[in-house]
Amino acid sequence: MADLNKLAKMLQELDDMMVACMKCGMCQAVCPVFTETMKEADVTRGKIALLENLAHEMIRDADGVQERLNRCLLCGSCAANCPSGVKVMDIFLRGRTIVNTYMGLSPVKKAILRGMVGNPKLFNMLLDVGSKFQGIFTSQANELLGSSCSKFLSPIIGDRHFSPLAKQSLHSKYGTIDIPTGKSGIRVLFFPGCVADKMYTKAGEACLKVFRHHGVGVWMPAAQACCGIPALSAGDRVAYDKMVKFNVNIFADGDYDYIVAPCGSCISTIHELWPQFAGEYPEDLRNKIDRIAAKAMDINKFVVDVLGVKPAEAPKGGTKVTFHDSCHLKKSLGVATQPRDLIRMNPNYELVEMNEADRCCGCGGTFNLYHYDLSKKIGERKRENIVASEAKIVSTGCPACMMQMTDMLSQHNDSVAVKHSIEIYAETL
Amino acid sequence: MLSESLIKEFKSIVGDENVFTTEADRQSYSYDSAVLEPVVPALVVRPTNSEQLGKVVALCNENNNPITVRGAGTNLSGGTIPDKRDGIVVLTNGLNKILEINEQDLYAVVQPGVVTAKFAAEVAKRGLFYPPDPGSQAVSTLGGNVAENAGGLRGLKYGVTKDYVMGMEFFDVNGQLVKTGSRTVKCVTGYNLAGLMAASEGTLGVFNEIILKLTPPPAASKAMMAVFDDVNKASEAVAGIIAAHVVPCTLEFMDQACMRYVEDFTKAGLPVDSAAILLIEVDGHPAQVADEAETVVKVLEKTGATKIVVAKDAAEKLKLWEARRNALPSLARARPTTVLEDATVPRSQIPAMVAAINNIAKKYDIQIGTFGHAGDGNLHPTILCDKRDTKEFHRVEAAVDEIFDVALSLKGTLSGEHGIGMAKSKWMEKETSRATIEYSLNMKKAIDPKNILNPGKIIAGR
Repeated sequence: MADLNKLAKMLQELDDMMVACMKCGMCQAVCPVFTETMKEADVTRGKIALLENLAHEMIRDADGVQERLNRCLLCGSCAANCPSGVKVMDIFLRGRTIVNTYMGLSPVKKAILRGMVGNPKLFNMLLDVGSKFQGIFTSQANELLGSSCSKFLSPIIGDRHFSPLAKQSLHSKYGTIDIPTGKSGIRVLFFPGCVADKMYTKAGEACLKVFRHHGVGVWMPAAQACCGIPALSAGDRVAYDKMVKFNVNIFADGDYDYIVAPCGSCISTIHELWPQFAGEYPEDLRNKIDRIAAKAMDINKFVVDVLGVKPAEAPKGGTKVTFHDSCHLKKSLGVATQPRDLIRMNPNYELVEMNEADRCCGCGGTFNLYHYDLSKKIGERKRENIVASEAKIVSTGCPACMMQMTDMLSQHNDSVAVKHSIEIYAETL
Repeated sequence: MLSESLIKEFKSIVGDENVFTTEADRQSYSYDSAVLEPVVPALVVRPTNSEQLGKVVALCNENNNPITVRGAGTNLSGGTIPDKRDGIVVLTNGLNKILEINEQDLYAVVQPGVVTAKFAAEVAKRGLFYPPDPGSQAVSTLGGNVAENAGGLRGLKYGVTKDYVMGMEFFDVNGQLVKTGSRTVKCVTGYNLAGLMAASEGTLGVFNEIILKLTPPPAASKAMMAVFDDVNKASEAVAGIIAAHVVPCTLEFMDQACMRYVEDFTKAGLPVDSAAILLIEVDGHPAQVADEAETVVKVLEKTGATKIVVAKDAAEKLKLWEARRNALPSLARARPTTVLEDATVPRSQIPAMVAAINNIAKKYDIQIGTFGHAGDGNLHPTILCDKRDTKEFHRVEAAVDEIFDVALSLKGTLSGEHGIGMAKSKWMEKETSRATIEYSLNMKKAIDPKNILNPGKIIAGR
C-alpha cells in the first residue's frame, strides 16, 4: 500500500495547473468516455477533482483514483473545449507518472514498455519474426479492409479485427535510407513511427514516393525507437526516457530541415511532449530536444505548407472519401485543412464530410488494450458516422486511428476501405 | 454511513451498475461549478426510468436521506452540493429522453436529464425554436435549467426558462407523482405548481417529465456593436432602445476591464480605451429587423456612441459575437480562480452598479471584469483571484457581500439567472423579508416535513 502522504506531496506539484479548473463542466460536452459512461469520475473535471483530493489527502482510495485517471483516451478534446485553458494533457500525463509510478505499474505493462517497445532492436526482431508466423494464429476477416482476427481464444487480441503485420517492415526493407537533397532544397528525417513501419507500410511507402517526386532528401535511420507516447501515457517515465534518449542520440547530429512522420501522435509527441517533459534532463540533452522538436512536422502539413502543393478541386463524381480528424493531428497540432486538400487533389475521389469528423475514434493507443469495451463503444459511433457518410473510403492522418476504424468497420463487414491521406495523394504522382 | 442493507435496496431498484458506492465515484459528485466547500455524498444513484425515480425518492424519505438531484452539475450557486447528513445524489442523466415534440401545438415533453443544446438542436431540425440559452447549454440539462430557472443571452426578448414551462410531472417527497399544467396554451386548472417548481432548486419535488413551450424561429436577424466613452452613455443607449419600442433579442454589455482581459487573450482589436461596448442583435421578420436595426443605430448615435459596427453578413456577425463568447474564457485564464456572480439591477441602474463594482475592486484590491446582459440588467461581475490565497479570498468574499449590498440598494436582486443555492441563501431575508422566509419555510415544511428535498438551499436557517 502506498504511503498516501508521500504520494500526496508529489501530486501537489500539479496544484498550480489543477487550480485553474473552475469545474464548469464544459468538458462533459466533448469527452468520448463520459458520453459512454455518463460518470463524473470519467470526465476531466471529475478526474482533476480526484487528483486534487488525493494531493490534499481528502481521499484514501488511491487505487480508485489511479483506475479512473487511467480511463482517459488523452484525446485532448476537453483541453480544446476548456474555457479556462486548463493544461489537461500536462496534468494527466504528469499525474499518471506520479500515481502509476508510486502505486506500481502492472508487470505486463512493464514487460511490454520496458522490455519490448523500449528495446528497439528486440521490438523490431520480435515483430519481424511475428509477421512471418502470424498466419498460423490469424485468419482473414474482411478482404477489402485486409483485416484479420484471431483463430484461437487470445486474451490480448480478444475479438478484435486488426490489420496484419506487413510482410516486410520499412526498416527491414530499406535499412537506413540516406538520399541527398534534390530539387526541393529540403531534406527530411523520416520517422515512420511504429505502426507505419510495421503494419501500414503503404502509408510509409507513400511518404517516400512523395519525397522522391518532389526531390526531397531523406534520411531514415534504420535504428529508431518508438516516440515514447505509449510509455508516457502509461505513466512509465523509465521506458519513456529510454525511448526519447535513444532517438535523440541518433537524431541530434543529423543534417535535415524537418522531421516528418505520417502519424499525428508521433509528431505531436516529438513536437510538444519531448520539450515539455525534458525539464529533468541535462541542459545539453534539453537543447538537443528543443532543436529536434522544432523541426517536427506532420506529412500532410509538410506537403501542403512547406512543399507548397496547391489544392485543386477534383471533379465531382469520384469514389467518395471521408476524412477522420485524428485527435493529435487536429487538436494538438491544428492540422485539419491540409489532409483534406491532399484528398481533393486526387481526381479519382470526391471528399465528403462525415458527422463529427473530429470526434475521437476511441483508440487512444494503449487505452484500446486496457479498456477495449469502452474503446469499442466509442469506435462504434465513429463507424456509424463513417457509414452514414456513404463514403467508400475513410481516410485519416494517424495509423492508430486506422487500426481502430479497421476493427470497427471489419466487425460489421462494411465495404469501406481505410487509407492514409498521404496514400491518396501519392496515387496522383 | 449507509447500511449495506439500504444500499442493497437501492441496487434492487436501479440495478448494481447504477449505484455508485466507491469513495472515488462519490467524491466526484461532491461539487458543482460554485466556489464552495465540497460535500461527499453517502451514495450516488442513477434511476433510468420514472418508476425507479419515484421509488428512489420514497426510499430516501423513509430512511431520512436528503436527496440532491443532479443534472450536469453546472450551476454556479451550490445547488447540487449534497447534504452532510448522509446525503444522496440522484442523477438524472439516465432520464434523458425527448418524449414528444409536437410541431402542431408547439410544445415538447422531456425527461429532466435531456441536455439543453441537444434539445434545442432536435427542435430546430423540425423548424422550431426553444429560446432559453444558458451559457452552459452544451452540457446543462433541462431539469437543471428549470430547477435553477436558467437564463441566457436571449432573456430580454424571449424570457428565461420558467417562461417556457407549460407543465410538468414531479415526484413529491413520498414518491407520489404530482401533475400540474397541461399541453394547452391556456391552463388555469388549480395552483400554478409548475411556476412554483421553476427556480425551486430541487427543494420541493423531483422532476419526472417537463412540458416545454416552443416557438417559431425568427426569420432574420442583425447584429451590431456600439462603442462608448462613458458607461452612462451606454446605459442611456440601452434605455433609449427600449424606449424606442425595440426589444432586441440580445443586448450585451462589456466594461473596460473586461475588454482588456478579452483583448489580452484574443487580440481581436477591441476598443480597450473606451469605457464600454454594447453588442446588440435584433431578430424577427426581415422587414421588422431592418426597421429595428435602423432605429437602434439612430438611438446609438443620439446617445453618443463613438463607433457603431453593423454586421453585413453571417460571418461578420459571428466575428462580433466572438468578443462576447470570449469574455468568460479570457477572464478565466487571467487568474486561477474565477468567481462569476450575477448581481442584477434595473437596467437604468447599470452605470451606478458598474461604478460601484469598480470602486469595490479598488477598495478590496482585487481584479473584477464585468460583462452581462445589459438589456435585463443582469450583470456578471467576475472576480479573478486564487482561492488558495486565503487573505485574498477573504477580501473576495467581503467584496461579493458588498456587491450584493449595492445591488439590493439599487432595487436589484441577488440573482438574475444563477439561483440562490447555498451561496446566497444568507441574503434571502435581506432582499425579501422575514415574513417571506417564514412563508417559504412553512410551505417547505408542509411539502417536505423531514426536510429531505435538497436541504440547505435557498432558504436560510434550515
